[in-house]
Amino acid sequence: MLTLSEVEYVASLACLELTEEEKKIFSQQLGEILDFFRQLDILDTEGIEPAFHSIPLKNVFRNDIKGNSIEHEKALSNAPQREGEYFKIPKIIGGGE
Amino acid sequence: MESLYNFTSYELREKLFKKKVSSEEVVKSIYERIEEKEEKIKAFLYLCKKEEVLEKARRVDKKIALGEEVGKLAGIPVGIKDNMCVKGIPATGGSKILKNFIPPYNATVIEKLLQEDVIIMGKLNCDEFAMGSSNENSACYPVRNPWDLNRVPGGSSGGSAASVAASEVILSLGSDTGGSIRLPASFCGIVGIKPTYGRVSRYGLIAFASSLDQIGPLSKDVRDGALMLEVISGYDRRDSTSVNMEVPPYLSLLEEDVKGLKVGIPEELTGDGIDEDIRKRLSEAVVLFEKLGVICETVSLPTLSYALPVYYIISSSEASSNLARFDGVRYGYRDFTGEDIFSMYKKTRGKGFGPEVKRRIMLGTYALSAGYYDACYLKAQKVRTLLKRDFERVFKDFDALLSPVAPTTAFLIGEKIKDPLKMYLTDICTIPVNLAGLPSISVPAGLIKGLPVGLQITGRIFEESTILRLAYSFEQNSGYHTVSVKYSRQKPEESNY
Amino acid sequence: MSYYTIIGLEVHVELLTETKMFCSCSTKFGSLPNSNVCPVCLGLPGVLPVINKKAVEYLLKVALSLDCKIPHRSKFDRKNYFYPDMPKNYQISQYDLPLSQDGFLEIEIDGNRKKIGIERIHLEEDTGKSIHTGTIDKSLYTLEDFNRAGVPLLEIVSKPHMSSPEEAGEYLKELRAILFSLGISDCKMEEGSLRCDANISVNKEDFPELSRKVEIKNMNSFKSVQKALFYEIKRQTEMIERGEAIQQETRGWLEEEGKTIFMRGKEMANDYRYFPEPDLLPLEIDRIWLEEIKNTIPELPREKKRRFVKDYNISNYEATVLCDNFALSKFFEETVRIYDKAPVITNWLLGDISKYLNAENLEITSTKLTPENLSEMLSLIDNKVISGKIGKDIIEEMLRSGKKAEKIVQERGLLQISDEEVLWNLIRKVMDENSDAVKEYLKGKTKALGYLVGQVMKQSKGKANPQITNSIILEELQKKTGEA
Ligand SMILES: [Mg+2]
Ligand SMILES: [Zn+2]
Repeated sequence: MLTLSEVEYVASLACLELTEEEKKIFSQQLGEILDFFRQLDILDTEGIEPAFHSIPLKNVFRNDIKGNSIEHEKALSNAPQREGEYFKIPKIIGGGE
Repeated sequence: MESLYNFTSYELREKLFKKKVSSEEVVKSIYERIEEKEEKIKAFLYLCKKEEVLEKARRVDKKIALGEEVGKLAGIPVGIKDNMCVKGIPATGGSKILKNFIPPYNATVIEKLLQEDVIIMGKLNCDEFAMGSSNENSACYPVRNPWDLNRVPGGSSGGSAASVAASEVILSLGSDTGGSIRLPASFCGIVGIKPTYGRVSRYGLIAFASSLDQIGPLSKDVRDGALMLEVISGYDRRDSTSVNMEVPPYLSLLEEDVKGLKVGIPEELTGDGIDEDIRKRLSEAVVLFEKLGVICETVSLPTLSYALPVYYIISSSEASSNLARFDGVRYGYRDFTGEDIFSMYKKTRGKGFGPEVKRRIMLGTYALSAGYYDACYLKAQKVRTLLKRDFERVFKDFDALLSPVAPTTAFLIGEKIKDPLKMYLTDICTIPVNLAGLPSISVPAGLIKGLPVGLQITGRIFEESTILRLAYSFEQNSGYHTVSVKYSRQKPEESNY
Repeated sequence: MSYYTIIGLEVHVELLTETKMFCSCSTKFGSLPNSNVCPVCLGLPGVLPVINKKAVEYLLKVALSLDCKIPHRSKFDRKNYFYPDMPKNYQISQYDLPLSQDGFLEIEIDGNRKKIGIERIHLEEDTGKSIHTGTIDKSLYTLEDFNRAGVPLLEIVSKPHMSSPEEAGEYLKELRAILFSLGISDCKMEEGSLRCDANISVNKEDFPELSRKVEIKNMNSFKSVQKALFYEIKRQTEMIERGEAIQQETRGWLEEEGKTIFMRGKEMANDYRYFPEPDLLPLEIDRIWLEEIKNTIPELPREKKRRFVKDYNISNYEATVLCDNFALSKFFEETVRIYDKAPVITNWLLGDISKYLNAENLEITSTKLTPENLSEMLSLIDNKVISGKIGKDIIEEMLRSGKKAEKIVQERGLLQISDEEVLWNLIRKVMDENSDAVKEYLKGKTKALGYLVGQVMKQSKGKANPQITNSIILEELQKKTGEA
């Protein structure tokens, strides 16, 4: 089991609004899944490098050469709301970075 | 004359080039078939307008008539899993949160297909953001297995598999993060290929788990799969993880002899968790391969037993971050009841994502959060290293590995959806392959109680041609592919294998 | 009781690459909103980043110039948090393996050199811009422009080695001079291409326990960084004296009110869930590549300073001021090449010209003055065509209009009067009108000479050649002495 407050904390990090019902289900299901994951604990991984990628590539770059941007109207064409040249969104409360 | 939708792309290609049929006729036949089947199967999320598609087909026909050079898949109707971007037509990824999203660009695989003059029929149903093994997680409706409409087609590329199996398209593209091509191919009795990670560009594929996702073909037989793989493979400078390496001519390498190849059967994937009937099918396949001169031996990869938790930790962690961009700001669904930006985010995402996606976002967010990163995420990546080493070790002695694709044949709709852990176990045989980035194919191995079953052949990194060769010789000598093809030539509800 | 202050600075620098960090959109400033964008920097579904090689090379240039260690292996990570100016809701940045670490920057304070440690330098992508309708807390809605989203950003984090706002100011000046001379950024704090956050803690001298550090944001000039630090020292000192505990928090600087205000506390600190960016591959910096980059690094300000003092016979202070401003030092050297009196050029550059630049908030490069024109003007003074005073009068017009000194002087009729007959008449007139001063002189008060010369200069509106005037007056006075 995950506690309800743990579920709420994780949901707030992930910006997910959950119903009370969902919170209850998740606290139980996530708890079970995490318990299942604990089978990894018995493996000794001391000194083992993590494998963040499937294949061993490195140093892939692009050159600093201008390419095509998309047309301004195309950029805004999927916007749920716009104003003039801008994406329009609800007000921001609280600072970012 | 037999209906055109029943043929493979290879066969149709011959007919088209010899001007025995036109692409227009092929497309018309496909639309007839869709009209007949789609209501029951629900493989499509978006079907392109008939008149526009026919116009494209006529353009290909004109090229052929004028003797102009045409592409390798000229005039062939294909379907695209809805998690890939095709310019100008909706891409939802099977999710409500991408409602009304129309990509202003093409995925690299789409560019490559269009270069070869394919005819795109539409977008195929899938589990929401490719998360699922049954296609029940589609925000719209589940796809039904053409062999038994009460059963799942497998997931997440369920629409891609069902549409090919039911001949609603000739070929399709799917994506495979933990088995999402191979599992539905197995459940629907067709061929599905998961290429080596880096072989096919991921640019334009709506990311689920970036380090595992790979696009691949679903087809009626191995030859068709090889043909489509040849078309979509290759380096793309827009995808840093794609590999700058020549693509072998898969099609012309198919018929090379398999005699002397060494194949290992991992004992961890033939244990109690696997249905008796499926194990029997595997043994029969071994007998056949041995007859063809392939050396078959049991091998052990002890870390395979840990693949499932490793996979779910890594894929959910990457997904939690990849899916953060669906926030209602620039595209897709937005909930308008929130007063400020953060409540808009929470409501939009709370209502826009389905339960499985939310569960995995929660899981991944948890695994990456302060205090759990080392024990969860980092630990999983380290075990992934052990798993890769296990594979590297056996691939020193063996050219390929043979195993079931899944523990069972297609299960009933609703059978596992309430129990996520049980559902996750469906992918136990396919998941390790993605963690190690290996190429793998699911090839039909006959029917069990009227339901198709596949055989999984996995190869060394970038050695797709070896597994294609093995799959091709198995198919040609077992004749199982004709079972599927035969199926598609009759009405599914009459099927009673 | 005495206190000491610990300051560390975190500087973000926008790089002058042609294209963004992970896509090929232009980084040009001031375009139509949401026009320098593409599927990648808009964070559309399915897109992938590719690293701009130039940005990595720019970082390595800076790292080498700040004596940083460059690890063999590096990587990019995702920093996850939700904010609407960030299209993907994660920022591609670097976490535990930055491209460089552990360097230093030398500053000079009251003639003493001090090394300020550099903790790390890493690469990341910039965010877009939020436009609030009204104030941030009272706006009805917000508008987003993603033109800046994805512009390459260097983050340079110092060690907490500064002990006063003056040191922080010197550090910033020196850092900007280096970045500027490397040509990797235009370093305009007002336009946001250089941004600075400060960490500061005030501690009691005999008190071993460190105070909680406070982070200050929203400062948009070097001056406001210093003002904010002074304010914060005062605020924290007063809190300690009142026996209050200083909280670890983030505060924002309000320029108009001249104070910092609370933004968020430690409990609000985000859990960023960093993990290696799976869409990008690891970096390996080999020695050959580093060597190539090293060869492109020009002379840095501190070396240049030493060379200026040695070669041009100017003071250490003058060399410092010149070299802190890359454009000014370049202008200086170009002028020296044409006109060989370096100290004279220095006087003009650091005197009247700097006064004008500061007042107008301009760089020398954004004026119309050229090294050629300045040299010509100085030669006119040397050749007594104009006086130094006239030079001072016309320099502003030269800066503004780009006109040659000679032209301005002609237009304004300012050519120096050296014609002895003209001068002799003028001097006669002045001596007649100031017979008292003449008498004073004759009584032995030699100071009166200066007064008379001054009167001639005044009446000639500065055009009289002062040397000639001087000698004629002296001659006349001596005649009178003879008469008397
Ligand atoms: Mg940063
Ligand atoms: Zn862009």
